[in-house]
Amino acid sequence: MQGNRSSGSDFFNILDSKIFLSDGVSFDGFVPDYQTTGMIGEVVFNTGMTGYTESLTDPSYSGQILVFTYPMIGNYGVDKSTMESDKIQVNGVIVDTCEQDWSHNKSTMSFISWLKEQNIPIIFGVDTRALTKHLRTRGTMVGSIGKSKSDLSKVISETKFVTIDKPIQYKSNGQKKVILIDCGSKENIVRSLRELPITLKRVPHNYDFTKEEYDGIFISNGPGNPEDYNLAIANIKTAIKGSKSVFGICLGSQLLALASGAKTYKMQYGNRGHNQPCIEIETGRCYITSQNHGYAVDHKSLSKDWKVIFKNLNDNSVEGLAHKTKPFYAVQFHPEACPGPTDTSFLFERFYKSL
Amino acid sequence: MKIKDIKRAVIIGSGGLKIGQAGEFDYSGSQAIKALKEEKIYTILINPNIATVQTDNDMADRVYFQPLNVDTVTKILEKERPDAVLLSFGGQTALNLGLKLYDLGVFKRLGIRVLGTPVDVIKTTEDRDLFKISLSQIDIKTARSIATESLAGAIKAADKIGYPIMLRSGFSLGGLGSGRIDNRDQLKTRVREVLKAVPQVLIEEYLMGWKEIEYEVVRDVLGNTITVCNMENFDPMGIHTGESIVVAPSQTLTNEEYHRLREVAIKTINHLGIIGECNIQYALNPVDGDYRVIEVNARLSRSSALASKATGYPLAFVATKLMLEKPLHELRNAVTGKTSAFYEPAMDYIAIKMPRWDLAKLKASDHNIGSEMKSVGEVMALGRSFPEALQKAVRMLNIGAKGLSDHPYTFPDPRKEIYPATDRRLYAIYDAMRSGVSLNKIHDLSKIDMWFLFQLQKILNTENLLKKSELNDSILKLAKQNGFSDYVIGKLTKSTEQKIRAKRLSANIVPAFKQIDTLAGEFDAETNYLYATYHGDTNDIKPLKKNATIILGSGPYAIGSSVEFDWSAVNTGKTLQKNGFKTIMVNSNPETVSTDFDRSDRLYFEELSLERVQDIADFEQPKGIVVSVGGQVANNLALPLGKLNYKILGTHPRDIDRAEDRQKFSSMLNKLGIDQPAWEEVSSLAKAKKFANKVKYPILIRPSYVLSGGAMNVVTGEKELEEYLSEATRLSPNHPVVMSQFITNAKELEIDGVAQDGNMIIYAISEHIENAGVHSGDATVVYPAQDLYLATVRQAKKITKQVIKSLNITGPFNIQFIAKNNELKVIECNVRASRSFPFVSKVSGHNFIEIATEAMLGKKNFKTYQTLELDHVAVKNPQFSYNRLKGADPVAGVEMASTGEVACIGVDLAEAFYNSWLATDQIIKSKNVFISLSDDQKHRFLEVIKPLSTAGWNIYTTSGTHAFLKNNKIKSIKLYKVSENKKPSVASAIEGKKIDLIINVPTNGEEKSKDGFAIRRLAVDNHIPLLSNAETGKLLLKCLTDPDLINLEPKHWQEYVKY
Repeated sequence: MQGNRSSGSDFFNILDSKIFLSDGVSFDGFVPDYQTTGMIGEVVFNTGMTGYTESLTDPSYSGQILVFTYPMIGNYGVDKSTMESDKIQVNGVIVDTCEQDWSHNKSTMSFISWLKEQNIPIIFGVDTRALTKHLRTRGTMVGSIGKSKSDLSKVISETKFVTIDKPIQYKSNGQKKVILIDCGSKENIVRSLRELPITLKRVPHNYDFTKEEYDGIFISNGPGNPEDYNLAIANIKTAIKGSKSVFGICLGSQLLALASGAKTYKMQYGNRGHNQPCIEIETGRCYITSQNHGYAVDHKSLSKDWKVIFKNLNDNSVEGLAHKTKPFYAVQFHPEACPGPTDTSFLFERFYKSL
Repeated sequence: MKIKDIKRAVIIGSGGLKIGQAGEFDYSGSQAIKALKEEKIYTILINPNIATVQTDNDMADRVYFQPLNVDTVTKILEKERPDAVLLSFGGQTALNLGLKLYDLGVFKRLGIRVLGTPVDVIKTTEDRDLFKISLSQIDIKTARSIATESLAGAIKAADKIGYPIMLRSGFSLGGLGSGRIDNRDQLKTRVREVLKAVPQVLIEEYLMGWKEIEYEVVRDVLGNTITVCNMENFDPMGIHTGESIVVAPSQTLTNEEYHRLREVAIKTINHLGIIGECNIQYALNPVDGDYRVIEVNARLSRSSALASKATGYPLAFVATKLMLEKPLHELRNAVTGKTSAFYEPAMDYIAIKMPRWDLAKLKASDHNIGSEMKSVGEVMALGRSFPEALQKAVRMLNIGAKGLSDHPYTFPDPRKEIYPATDRRLYAIYDAMRSGVSLNKIHDLSKIDMWFLFQLQKILNTENLLKKSELNDSILKLAKQNGFSDYVIGKLTKSTEQKIRAKRLSANIVPAFKQIDTLAGEFDAETNYLYATYHGDTNDIKPLKKNATIILGSGPYAIGSSVEFDWSAVNTGKTLQKNGFKTIMVNSNPETVSTDFDRSDRLYFEELSLERVQDIADFEQPKGIVVSVGGQVANNLALPLGKLNYKILGTHPRDIDRAEDRQKFSSMLNKLGIDQPAWEEVSSLAKAKKFANKVKYPILIRPSYVLSGGAMNVVTGEKELEEYLSEATRLSPNHPVVMSQFITNAKELEIDGVAQDGNMIIYAISEHIENAGVHSGDATVVYPAQDLYLATVRQAKKITKQVIKSLNITGPFNIQFIAKNNELKVIECNVRASRSFPFVSKVSGHNFIEIATEAMLGKKNFKTYQTLELDHVAVKNPQFSYNRLKGADPVAGVEMASTGEVACIGVDLAEAFYNSWLATDQIIKSKNVFISLSDDQKHRFLEVIKPLSTAGWNIYTTSGTHAFLKNNKIKSIKLYKVSENKKPSVASAIEGKKIDLIINVPTNGEEKSKDGFAIRRLAVDNHIPLLSNAETGKLLLKCLTDPDLINLEPKHWQEYVKY
């Protein structure tokens, strides 16, 4: 009945290994013996219970090492059609059990074969709960994997830009023209926009669109410190002098905030998971959202023309902001989901209506 | 009425535990009471289940131990005049009753508001046709199905959809009457049967083999909606979810599938307009991902209890607050205390639920499982890998398996257990794999997703590795991570449990204790909810040490171990805390109150195995361990723990053993000069025959160390003896068989009590209405005893004092006696809390468990308790689930078969008995009784049949009883026996709904006749009240003409008993 599944007869042996963190603490684990490359990066954790394919290919994770708090990863193998970009974006993966035997009709390969194919290092057999609690209390930090401790003091986590080389003009679906600023956009943002009756042009993050004609600007998610996106911020600043619709997601909301003169800050360990509760201030309606961010907008720095429209029910952080009179909106969470809940997908429709 | 003006609310409970409706409603009702009281609402609970925590005196403001029927509940509502009623905390019983009361206009007439989901919405979810129409309005797919109320309609519908089809019944709990139908003939038989019990059947598209998934959904009055948890069935569609192994969260769903179904759930629940909690079940096609919504349960359910325990999200508590129209996001996450209740738990572990069956005890019922529920309880295991959690769950079941490979069954052909599935399917799959059957073949047979089979393969691979390799530290660690117990590792490596443990400790291979924090570590949580895993290096917590006490809970509900032991464990914890101790609860049963994490200082949702209790005790360094309140499972750990020098609170383990070990106990009684039925332990058939010839048949046979008479039986002759011995020894190979004299026509009485250092502090004497020979768990028990000679009472007390002195008991105990001709024989003594502890506590007004706990703590100066003479009488009645168990003979015997119990209080025996009998779901619709009596009983019934006839009852009989009544000038209508093949027969009268009550008393000790069995089964299958015991039958007939019992005013507990 189910066509695709595999009993992944082991194609490797396992070796003892460790994760070393920049604060000197280490965690034990195992690596496959074929794995020659080590990994260095900012270690972050995600609490989602599904969606490893989507997460690892989410450009916002670019350059990071991702810890899955869910203890069994790889159960349903890998269906490459669910990738959120053309490759795995993380520098490395930390899991407890890596399930080699998988089963799903739509998948074509095992999780670990996929990592091997893309040359992405993994360490497994790790007490990921202990590691997560450590990151939660001490804050996100740089880490490495290997037999011995590498010098992490010199590693500076700088933004690794992910974007496209040149603009892409998609087939027209409608009159309204929308420009998507691609700072590392997830595929599902593009998919969601293309479902709207609009004409979509996707441009690199540093592309100057200000002289072009458009009805709306859509700013994507992306990796790193929002303050590093100088050109994008400058362009958005120009855009919001006018009154055409602007909508931002995740990093996009931070860029919009910076363009408006507000400030962003680095969170202690970020919000990454599929269960982040948000309330829409105006309606009192609550939504469960998918999130993946290490920076946030500083509430107090918002100028008087701007307001908070969504906030996080757990830590009260800013989850969405809007201009008080013009059609500029942004949300910190991911209405496009993939992975995660689809509660807020209506925001795309709302954006369309504002055009 | 506005929500804020609600000052008084009634909660309708679920009554006695039965298959399909177990202890989970004690959990949900208790949380509801807590939530209402927090809002300062005066709470009135109606529930005849006296053994529950929710009926404790510190819970609801008022408790009615009254039958859950329209008449009684209407009277209570008229008397109490509440502002509101809650229908979603008492399972299908409360929901169905609520719908009836609503339809009769009772709520409207009395101005009572139904809280939570509106009644018309409940009706939409209960009526499959309305449900389908409603969901199609928002393009949600449901299984193609046609509802019909007639056989002709069913045939037409099946032809339209095409065979095979799925037959379901409307308005039922646990899928009663559901099943696969392959052809028209089968359809005719089954539809006729089901339409007797319910007005409507459903003919549905057949979805066998699709994945079965469910989501627990919470929605507030503003429309804010979350899914707290999803769950996937190991056993795909075709096996009722209550019969399936269930894992949370889902394991084989992709992100797209998980969130698509989640979106459908939210859309559906919003569309329906549920307020509070509900669950939604799906079938998911494994090939193309297509789905069908199977059903929505607009109430708390077994699944919601499981989801609550699996995630730490207090669903019932939150649901109650939402029914009071609190916005969800304003409630707090009870685990973290600081985050919002509007969130979806992220698990960093998995939870596996496994059903517990007791089909072996319910003789003559077949072992197949399917779309009807047969299991009587369940366990939940937590772990960080599937093999780890699965093997834990297997051990938690208490079926004699210390791991998947260590099960007690032998399968000549395991494939026959895999399809059609039986209750032993999991073990058969494992054996099949071991014997080389391919996973593909097993998948083809069972449709179980390959992922799960791969996980079983991991366990098998580890077993093989253990067998063939030298046991080094890395293999040992791997085995522990894959869930192997020290005992099984010892067995596979030709070592012993304690040697493996020592090796493990020296290599520092110990479990890590992790918290259930609902947020996968994302927020700091001071949670006390814990489990053990070998997939971890560090503990989340530090030992409690000072003043900590471990309480061993009951484990899964099974026949003989039910909610009463959860009540005992909870009350022990309460008393310990009151006395300044910190409590550590260990239990494995998700249907309990004791596993609510706010009931103890620490909760280990763990196995009640020697190994795990040692692990926890070694870590926590407690002051002591309480083994005497969790029933026999906990009690059995006393001796091994004592031998390993763990401190046991209360009676010394050596003395517990002297009561448990039949040989030791018997010689103690001999020394004390106390009489007991003649008995002998035999290990061969020859010796068995010799003993039987010496004491004469009937003979009672049982393996030693049993609870609820497992594998017990009465044999009346040598042939039966031979037959039975082979069965019994197969059931329990490690224990020899005990034979004892079976005394007929004798009374049975029990003393429950508490002692300290061998001195009695409090006791309660109760008696059975049935003669000796009915298992005490199936007996109708009267307290205080009404029918004992003073001399008998004195003698029983004297013997009890001697026994407890000799055993030097400190804590709870229970002694059972047989009384014949004013002479007493001791049957057994349990040095632990018994099944009847909550009953005698709540009737006497003295909490026996509280007293027992204080006795164990060494408290002095207990007062004197008056427990012999009370101004009221209470009767405890067994609740049976025979309608779930096709082919089982509904006669109470030495083997316990009841799944629960209820109790009612009255001014006299008749009132208490009549009410408690009604409270076991009995309704006599009209004045038509069928009576069939064995010859020895006929004369005894004469005095009760006469007034019945005078009072205008139609009496139906078969030839023997007919002739007898005729001779005594009582008119009766003669029916032919089933075997006579003539009409009007008993069968045609019953099926023609001409009979409203059936008294069928088989001859004591004799082989049960086929006709008698046919009548009893007809009664059960046609939902007609049946009494098959002479004493209870007589008493009931007497009640039917008792003028005092007409128009009884229901009184609440507090009117009888002052605490």
